[in-house]
Amino acid sequence: MKQTPIIIDLKNISVSFDNQTILNNISLSIHDGEFVTLLGPSGCGKTTTLRVIAGFLQQDSGDVIFEGKNINGVPPYKRQVNTIFQRYALFPHLNVYENIAFGLRLKKMKEKEIQAKVSEMLTLVNLKGFGTRKIDSLSGGQQQRVAIARALAVNPRVVLLDEPLGALDLKLRKDMQVELKNIQQKLGITFIYVTHDQEEALSMSDTVVVMDGGEIQQIGSPLDIYNEPSNAFVADFIGESNILDGIMHEDFSVEFSGIRFQCVDKGFKKDEPVDVVIRPEDVDVVSPEEGMLKGTVTSVTFKGVHYEIIVDIDNFKWMIQTTDKSEVGEEIGISIKPDEIHIMKKSDYSGLYGDYSSFSDEFDELSET
Amino acid sequence: MKQSSFIQKIVNAPYILWSVLFIIAPLIMVIYYAFTNADGAFTLENIAQIGDYTSTFILSIGYGAVATVLCLVLAYPFAYFLAQSKASFQRVAVMLVMLPMWMSFLIRTYSWLTILGESGVINRFLGIFGIEPLHMLNTGGAVILGMVYNFLPYMILPLYTIMAKMDVSLVEAAEDLGCNRLHCLRKVIFPLSVPGIASGVTMVFVPSVSTFYITQKLGGGQITLIGDVIEGQFQTAYNYNLGAALSLVLMVMILICLGVLNYFTDSDDDGGVLI
Amino acid sequence: MTKTSTVSKLYIALIFLFLYAPMIVMMVFSFNGTESTYVFSGFSLQWYERLFHDRATMNALKNTVVLAVVSAAVSTVMGTLAAVGIDSMKKKYLKTSVMTVTNIPMMNPEIVTGISMMLLFVFAGTMFGRRNVLGFWTILIAHVSFQLPYIILSVLPKLRQTDPRIYEAAQDLGCHPVKAFFKVVFPAILPGIVAGAIMAFTLSLDDFIISYFTNGPDFQTLPIQIFSMTKKRVKPDMYALSTLIFAAIFILLILMNFAQSKSDKKQRAKREAEK
Repeated sequence: MKQTPIIIDLKNISVSFDNQTILNNISLSIHDGEFVTLLGPSGCGKTTTLRVIAGFLQQDSGDVIFEGKNINGVPPYKRQVNTIFQRYALFPHLNVYENIAFGLRLKKMKEKEIQAKVSEMLTLVNLKGFGTRKIDSLSGGQQQRVAIARALAVNPRVVLLDEPLGALDLKLRKDMQVELKNIQQKLGITFIYVTHDQEEALSMSDTVVVMDGGEIQQIGSPLDIYNEPSNAFVADFIGESNILDGIMHEDFSVEFSGIRFQCVDKGFKKDEPVDVVIRPEDVDVVSPEEGMLKGTVTSVTFKGVHYEIIVDIDNFKWMIQTTDKSEVGEEIGISIKPDEIHIMKKSDYSGLYGDYSSFSDEFDELSET
Repeated sequence: MKQSSFIQKIVNAPYILWSVLFIIAPLIMVIYYAFTNADGAFTLENIAQIGDYTSTFILSIGYGAVATVLCLVLAYPFAYFLAQSKASFQRVAVMLVMLPMWMSFLIRTYSWLTILGESGVINRFLGIFGIEPLHMLNTGGAVILGMVYNFLPYMILPLYTIMAKMDVSLVEAAEDLGCNRLHCLRKVIFPLSVPGIASGVTMVFVPSVSTFYITQKLGGGQITLIGDVIEGQFQTAYNYNLGAALSLVLMVMILICLGVLNYFTDSDDDGGVLI
Repeated sequence: MTKTSTVSKLYIALIFLFLYAPMIVMMVFSFNGTESTYVFSGFSLQWYERLFHDRATMNALKNTVVLAVVSAAVSTVMGTLAAVGIDSMKKKYLKTSVMTVTNIPMMNPEIVTGISMMLLFVFAGTMFGRRNVLGFWTILIAHVSFQLPYIILSVLPKLRQTDPRIYEAAQDLGCHPVKAFFKVVFPAILPGIVAGAIMAFTLSLDDFIISYFTNGPDFQTLPIQIFSMTKKRVKPDMYALSTLIFAAIFILLILMNFAQSKSDKKQRAKREAEK
């Protein structure tokens, strides 16, 4: 993909409330026309980042650069960015038409132009003929479309979306994801999208920014983020993963679960302790004799496309996704190819996320009560 | 963050200034006058004199309490029945309950003279059957009646509001679990209506304890409550200092009563009792 | 079921009879042919005629309306601003203390509020060496003060229900914050403001106790006029006045009820249409 110029540049942004750090020295460059997603659990600072860009919140330190110009202190109504709010924030006393025309009227556009723009927007979001409807007579999905139309009507350079699909049900959500992506590509506007849903982030974005604890954990394409997580947090938050303690003896050779494996990573110190990530779908189930490791199956769940089995190998509970059926109590072997082993440097998150023993713990707790 | 707090100051300043000048300062004035004499010198004389009015205070609380209890007893079934009736009727009925509150309470109170007087409506009606005229005016009963009549809407409205909001399925669930109607009333509806009761009791008790017009008209000067004494100090005796001291005690006394009430009906919603 | 509903209907009817008995009596006697408020002797409209020729009463009526309009306007503007300010307060202790102060005039007996205001005005008067401070301004300040909490408490819930994001959304689309408030927040809280203003207006019309202590000889309101007239034997002209007030309020309520049920029906019809 050709790199377009940078439109928004966040430089060392920090925000805190009541001595609690919300954003800790965030730096992020966003390119024109890019679909960027800020992804993370609640309280990670993603919405705060969005509000800093929109101008609703003044950062304590750092700079917000818009097309090379510092816009610190520029109030929201003078910024060329528009927000699509989580619960739409439509004006309840105005009808659909007037909601969309709101920003246009403030620009003192001619009534004719407003009419043309509003009907263009209504067509864009598939709400032709809804102009005179009251907001409270619309469904959630329709309200969402009005919110999109209202934000896009004023020709923003950047659209900020704060969990816009959070209030919709699953089916509608999937449809809107596709639609939003289409609109973004059609108009070529920069979208900065906030979500806690990793699937949504992976399927829509050009770039994903994974955040936690007010810090950026990783920036990368969806593929990079999934395949090359930078630390245990990212590995755990994006998809399922088995995270083991390992020792990197030398380039291309790692030891975990008491055995040396071949891998494709290099550049670590000799005998450096590392985190090893192996995705559940990357593990092959074989007979115990053939296995590099072997263990006992403790649970089997049918998931439709595959089985999800939990295997106890030396007291570490692995999650494995496989199409082969196994029985609880059965002993099986597993085999892992070198390019499916991903090595990460140790971080603050090491040891916080590990195996899948909590699955069985929960059952134990339930059966006790 | 900073710019919004600046706007906030501009928005808040007039009201805060007003509250200090016309809510807090007047209360300080009451305290000031209570502890000074006519020349403005500090004295405890006014407070000492309050002892003479102990029986009046007790009588006032007694009358207020009786009127409040009567209002509660009358209003509770009314609110309950009303909450169960048709929605269109409910709206009309609520308006009819509120309507008298918008009429001069002086005239409404005075009208009772026409009803209760020696040659009033009731006695003339009884006269038809040859019954001797009853002496109803200028009695404690008439004063209580006046209080109940004037303040009954203040009890009905909060009770009705809370009962109308009550989830019907709650009562159904209780009946489903084997509650009979009476049981249901006691175990489900009553506990849920406690905030309404507290608010109604407050709204009836405070004006009842401190009234002066009702006692003057319906009590005919036979019954003197603390409101009458205070009014007298300001409008006829011109002893502002004693009047202020009495007001201060009345205020504190009512605060204590409400505090006790809050303690027993303590619900965790914020300020529901106050409003 | 039918049995209980008969009982409940009867009970509701009895309470209404109690609430309306004095008003019925008052209305009947307003048409009395003689001066008596006890014996009805023939229909006449003379009391209505006399009422309109009574200079003092008409003047008091005018004063009352002027006072109600001015005080309600002042308290509505200030109370709305105060509610906006209180709603945006971030510090909890500040919010709680402001709300506590706001509640004081509602909790305090009216007589205490009245005399505390009076003491303040008298004190300020002696400080500035003026003897007769009580008049239009003092009664206006007193009325605004006791109306403020009602405005605040009716606007605050509307502000809480309003999504703060719509205020941000308006700014986001290019509105200056002040303009954004008037374009989107104001319409959302308008019902609360109107309800508060109506409440304030009617409270002012009807207030006797607080006015009684804060008014001066050159600015008498209707309730005070009524009070001084009921000190003596009341003639049916007072009843005529109250009947007229009753009729006015009654018509107003019917209109409001009509408008309400019409908008309800409209909404219901719309909801049906969407299904």
